[in-house]
Amino acid sequence: MPILSATARFPRAPSIAACAAVVLGLTFSGPAPALEWNLQPAGSELAADIHDLHEYVMFLCAAIFVGVFGFMFWSVYAHRKSKGHQAEQFHENTTVEMLWTVIPALILILIAWPATRLVVAQKDTAAADLTIKVTGIQWKWAYDYLKGEGEGIRLISTLSTPREQIEGHAPKGEHYLLEVDNELVVPVNKKIRMITTAADVVHSWWVPAFGVKQDAIPGFLRDTWFRADKTGVFRGQCAELCGKEHGFMPVVVRVVSQEDYSKWVGDKKQALLAQADDPNKKWSRGDLKARGEKVYAASCVACHQASGKGMPPAFPPLGGSKIATGAKPAHIDMVLNGKPNTAMAAFGKQLSDTEIAAVITYERNSWGNHAGEVQPAEVKARRR
Amino acid sequence: MSAVVDGHGHGHSHDHGEHPGGYGGIMRWITTTNHKDIGTMYLWFSFLMFGIGGIIAVVIRAELFSPGLQFVNPDLFNQLTTMHGLIMIFGAIMPAFVGFANWQIPMMIGAPDMAFARLNNWSFWLLPFAATLLILSFLMPGGAPGVGWTMYAPLTVQMGMGMDFTIFAVHLLGMSSILGAINIITTVLNMRAPGMTLLRMPLFVWTWLITAYLLLAVMPVLAGAVTMTLTDRHFGTTFFNAAGGGDPVLYQHIFWFFGHPEVYVVAMPAFGVISQVIPAFSRKPIFGYASMVYATSAIAIISFIVWAHHMYTTGMPVTGQLFFMYATMLVAVPTGVKVFNWVATMWKGSLSFETPMLFALGFLFMFTLGGFTGLVLSIVPVDIQLQDTYYVVAHFHYVMVAGALFSAFAGIYFWLPKWTGRMYDETLGKIHFWLTLVFFNMIFFVQHFLGLAGMPRRIPDYPLMFETWNKVSSLGAFGMGLAQLLFLYIVVKCIRSGAPAPQKPWEGADSLEWTHLPTPAPYHSFETPPVLK
Repeated sequence: MPILSATARFPRAPSIAACAAVVLGLTFSGPAPALEWNLQPAGSELAADIHDLHEYVMFLCAAIFVGVFGFMFWSVYAHRKSKGHQAEQFHENTTVEMLWTVIPALILILIAWPATRLVVAQKDTAAADLTIKVTGIQWKWAYDYLKGEGEGIRLISTLSTPREQIEGHAPKGEHYLLEVDNELVVPVNKKIRMITTAADVVHSWWVPAFGVKQDAIPGFLRDTWFRADKTGVFRGQCAELCGKEHGFMPVVVRVVSQEDYSKWVGDKKQALLAQADDPNKKWSRGDLKARGEKVYAASCVACHQASGKGMPPAFPPLGGSKIATGAKPAHIDMVLNGKPNTAMAAFGKQLSDTEIAAVITYERNSWGNHAGEVQPAEVKARRR
Repeated sequence: MSAVVDGHGHGHSHDHGEHPGGYGGIMRWITTTNHKDIGTMYLWFSFLMFGIGGIIAVVIRAELFSPGLQFVNPDLFNQLTTMHGLIMIFGAIMPAFVGFANWQIPMMIGAPDMAFARLNNWSFWLLPFAATLLILSFLMPGGAPGVGWTMYAPLTVQMGMGMDFTIFAVHLLGMSSILGAINIITTVLNMRAPGMTLLRMPLFVWTWLITAYLLLAVMPVLAGAVTMTLTDRHFGTTFFNAAGGGDPVLYQHIFWFFGHPEVYVVAMPAFGVISQVIPAFSRKPIFGYASMVYATSAIAIISFIVWAHHMYTTGMPVTGQLFFMYATMLVAVPTGVKVFNWVATMWKGSLSFETPMLFALGFLFMFTLGGFTGLVLSIVPVDIQLQDTYYVVAHFHYVMVAGALFSAFAGIYFWLPKWTGRMYDETLGKIHFWLTLVFFNMIFFVQHFLGLAGMPRRIPDYPLMFETWNKVSSLGAFGMGLAQLLFLYIVVKCIRSGAPAPQKPWEGADSLEWTHLPTPAPYHSFETPPVLK
């Protein structure tokens, strides 16, 4: 139900934009990237309706703007002292003042009516085909498939752009800062209800192409919904300042056909079963350290840095630190439970016993540390 | 419409050039209770903060010139955006207009000084200490807070000691604003010359009276919000922590109950300046004086019931979203009345385009543009796309910079002759205007496109598709910064070696400071009240 079907779509790039483009073309010669002018192409009917509403309002505003400033510039042109124009001394006119109070109010009703219909549609999260909980964590997204096909799947989605690209040591890829290790996968043409929450601070889950942005608030649940109307990969970013790596926690949604989705769910469940580590298995130090390095790169490196030097004082160094070279239980507790009121998150719910044992072993045996290994069973024993 | 004045109302003796007994040098400025001295200090303080906030802005734009991290790490980047916002709002814009109020209100209502002269001194001298605390937070362990000027919970709890410095700085700034507001209300209500009835006051005085009431109402709310943040951080309370029965969103409600009227605290004195400048250079009385007063009051009242339009994405009930959407759209009606009145004032006038008028026209054109993007943002579904993007950054800079800053420039050029007794360099003033206009739009117009295309605000690095507009914006910022050095030069040149100014250099100006006081204005404005018919 395109609610603004009566209004025509207006040209996307107004002529002033075209002029600016020419100027820019002269300024930035060479292969310039495509210029962005407008909202991203809609990937859902709701987003398309938002586009139409935005353009409708823009058209009204532009018309009023041209009208009002037409008067102003006519004054500037015609009623100037240098042309000898004599000032008239009128200073009120009740009729005119009434008119320019009432007419804008009526125009507002013309805007409020379609907007209200869209607000109501946007808030209607009932009768979803699939319900997914998304948890904002400094600085990644966790997805839990709660209800519908794929129930029980859990993904943790972290930026996969290498640090070398961010720091300028490697050329930047096509999807720089908009790529993750585990994409959220959903079926096309199905109503997806997203329940948002957060583990630490306020985040905001945003996919521009779906017209969906919902804050994720620690300790509370909120919801929103979308129904993608085409397959493909859709990218967004966290939209609420959530600390140091706020700019580095993208949202990537892969929309697939129903068949592909069923296949993905099957594969995913198989893989999760296969990946599940036996927490009682005894590992060699070398294996633990190798596995731990990967965990470190995904979960720890942003703050504590690849060098283990951290960014003191907010993000302490690990090389030679008391915790990473001291007693094992304190180190395990720190990783499991985090440190309250700091950016040190509790990783107990994000990582398995094996992963935590591996990363601790890595930390205890890198950057000059020689503090022994930690087996998964030791981590399991300290879980509360 | 300003009061009509008879021709022989100023028989009092002038003692211009003198200053109060005893003290010279720095002690004069520390002990002064004179509204003009204090106004001058407010304005210079504001310019200093404008410089510091501007340098921070240039560093931010330098980092954003290219994708990737070049100059500042993400942690420092957040600290810089936070401090840029706090310094510009509380250190630069608000004190600038308090400076105008100090200089102009006694002169415009026919009073000798402000009502509470010593309080006035204290209101100012709180500011340098607050600013020092704020800037010192950079040197604390963990640096300045990286939470944004909105200081949302619970991110504030993760910050180091710099957060506490900032909280105390906000307390001091709030105290200064409250004391200043009390002083302005008392002065306006009690110290008007005989015959200067409320509805004959210049509109600048009216807008400041309304602004002062807004300040009294909302600054204590901000103090409450930051105090709760402080006790959550150190004393085990959980106002904003769900684990203890609190709610992070409660902080946002309290903050924006302050934050939205705060927008009008900044905008209304700007409206006041523009309402003096446009009639003066149109040589025609302001159109719709009474409706201007009513529209300003209406905006002030509505500003208290629209705060949650900053929070559409927090997930409020559909009725809440609709209420705040309708209330916000309503702001457009009285704001529209003001814009129409300004244009009608110019209509069939006899216009000339000295620098104050150029800045006023720049204000009118671009503030209206910022108003329209505000209307776009008031619409819930559209806002949900644009919330926390560069579109919002562009919108509020059109209101804060093209609105408040442009009107402050208009006011400075307008009153500088009266304040200093000298004319500024008109040619340089015009160059300053055109440079500022062009670079301002270069910075911020393109940010509308960035926001529409999906670039979030407060990020130190961005996807490649946003590169071109960020480059344009950064180049604009460098130019804008340089252009303000020209402004400093113009003001210093005016004070040092400007040509002597006549009593009324602007043909159409008609308020008391032009009609009744010599140039430069005497140290004690009106020792005997002027007689108004």
